[in-house]
Amino acid sequence: MTTAPAPPGATPLLEARNLVKHFPITTGIIFQHRIGAVKAVDDVSFGVTAGETLGIVGETGCGKSTTARLLVRLLDPTAGSVLFQGEDIGERKGAGLKALHREMQMVFQDPYSSLNPRKTVGSIIAEPFAIHGLHKGQGERKRRVQGLMDRVGLNPEHYNRYPHEFSGGQRQRIGVARAVALEPKVLIADEPVSALDVSIQAQVLNLLKRLQREMGLTLIFIAHDLSVVRHMCDRVAVMYLGKIVELASNEALYGSPRHPYTGALLSAVPVPDPRGGKRERALLSGDVPSPANPPPACRFHTRCPKVQERCRTEEPLLDGNGSGSQVACHFPLTRAEVELMLPAALTGAQVSSST
Amino acid sequence: MAGGPLLQVEDLRVQFVTDDGVVHAVDGVSYTVDAGRTLGIVGESGSGKTVSSLTTMGLTRGRSTRISGRITFEGQELLTASAEELRRIRGDEIAMIFQDPLSSLHPFYKVGTQLSEAVRTHRDVSKAVARDRAIEMLELVGIPDPARRVDQYPHEFSGGMRQRAMIAMALANEPKLLIADEPTTALDVTVQAQILALLDDLQRRLGMAIIIITHDLGVVAETADEIAVMYAGRIVEHGSVGQIFNSPEHPYTWGLLKSIPRMDTTRDDELVPISGRPPSLIHRPGGCFFHPRCPYVQESHRRIDPKLEQVPSDVGHEVACLLAPEVRVSIWNGLRSGLSSDSLRGLAAEVDGAGRATAAEPVAGEAGE
Repeated sequence: MTTAPAPPGATPLLEARNLVKHFPITTGIIFQHRIGAVKAVDDVSFGVTAGETLGIVGETGCGKSTTARLLVRLLDPTAGSVLFQGEDIGERKGAGLKALHREMQMVFQDPYSSLNPRKTVGSIIAEPFAIHGLHKGQGERKRRVQGLMDRVGLNPEHYNRYPHEFSGGQRQRIGVARAVALEPKVLIADEPVSALDVSIQAQVLNLLKRLQREMGLTLIFIAHDLSVVRHMCDRVAVMYLGKIVELASNEALYGSPRHPYTGALLSAVPVPDPRGGKRERALLSGDVPSPANPPPACRFHTRCPKVQERCRTEEPLLDGNGSGSQVACHFPLTRAEVELMLPAALTGAQVSSST
Repeated sequence: MAGGPLLQVEDLRVQFVTDDGVVHAVDGVSYTVDAGRTLGIVGESGSGKTVSSLTTMGLTRGRSTRISGRITFEGQELLTASAEELRRIRGDEIAMIFQDPLSSLHPFYKVGTQLSEAVRTHRDVSKAVARDRAIEMLELVGIPDPARRVDQYPHEFSGGMRQRAMIAMALANEPKLLIADEPTTALDVTVQAQILALLDDLQRRLGMAIIIITHDLGVVAETADEIAVMYAGRIVEHGSVGQIFNSPEHPYTWGLLKSIPRMDTTRDDELVPISGRPPSLIHRPGGCFFHPRCPYVQESHRRIDPKLEQVPSDVGHEVACLLAPEVRVSIWNGLRSGLSSDSLRGLAAEVDGAGRATAAEPVAGEAGE
């Protein structure tokens, strides 16, 4: 198993070591017995250095949200561990766990269901203070909350309003304000913009970037939209069926992807330019197999255009090439293949215009 | 239908009467679709893109709906057609694919049964023939092992396969027009690419016209021949794919193009969002509906309601904008070369009146992050 996932020369602030999460599948009503397991996350390792943005991308059911929940211990791993500042957080409970959540916070996907409709915005954002017993004076707490509202671009006078009085983009700002209230070190954003309208998405993305800059946040950004991840992240991990298949810097991953799955994902993104997007689409056939019964050896072999006999019998390990890029593939993409399947602007091949 | 468009929508208005007031969902929309062509309708939630096509299918009729205008399909009036006539056209000559394949298939019936029903509703054929047709359609849309799959229930299909089954059902009677409402929004990118390639292939083979409704500019760029950009119930810009993407004329279209992170350009540090949010369709702003969010708004834009007009010297390109054509060209050229809208605002002000800078500040509904 590989465990050297941080970029060279940096100590990770947060590290996942061989994380495994299996959800049991049971049968029977009174006497339940286990008949299998959904292997949501299966031996995932990576590190995140302070101040960087790590993106996790993948399709539905690849385990990216489960990974996020494991990192903040909203779920307990089946095996493996999460290290925060070098310490295994699996040992923490009670007050220790509570203290951990001052350092790590989450922003959720759906701004409609993640805010309590019966509470005012002021009390939603003040909730972390109440839980941790901070800023107890009424005036002090209100001043803090209004400061946060101002910081995320909400009108502080709307302190006493309810979530339904806000639009989707504003609600997501409320979620962000709540998450940064305790000035955490790590912010985990799980699909923070996918429920928002296109014209609003940019507002929230810019807000996250600005807060990261101002507060020195370490950001873990989970999304299925590859263009959004490219815009936001320093390094990107691509997941497929519970495993990381490629982990590389933004430039390396988008400019010269090595795993055939990464290549197929990038090639599948529609490009909003009727001229510039011309490329040989690498269409994958079929659907993602069930994580309850993933294919043996390389999990991507059932859909891989480059599949060989070896892929069906031997599992490829996530291997580094010395520059911090890692790929789990026996037969990575060649430069020529990449140039065929991706828009020229990505690969750095000669382009006529760069608008 | 000698040479005329397949579908013609003229000055369509759809209003819903609610307790809170009248919702002007579609407000004077006109477009045409020719046989074998693809029209993309782009807009955000609440822009009226779905309501206008549901109305084409007669699916918005109701006691609290007010509909006016004209919709003709192969010369036949659809708005005044009886429910019986509409039922004959619906699913036969005009078919629709909905966004969410899970809720559009009946969970209780086998996929094959639902497909055969679509055939038998419009064709007088035996159950056996309809079943064969169902298998044939499943095969056409690329579902492996269709003879076995035809007897399965929707829950046994994956998301991509359900969407394929929906497409199979829509195409079972070889419609002349297919309305696809966000056909790939619920799907992952690799499956989306498969479905779009499938639609493209089927269109070429069957020669049908497609209206594709989406918020994804990438999807329209790759599928549509023509694009209509909708905002607050109206078409604000209309043109060929090349016109909309290479020389867009409306500030809203500029905003859309500049606010999305793109894979085909160099990585920018900051996205340029459209400030504020879409207006309420009950209490609409006066003048140009986009003025509260427009960086180039002028005092007069709050009073004058722009009409969709031909862009000078660009045949087939229409825009509803009060800025002067030459101002729009210079602003877009500036935006294209990376200048910010703040620095270009002055261009709009200069031509308004005799040397008076009457630029009105855009109303900040929501901080323009």
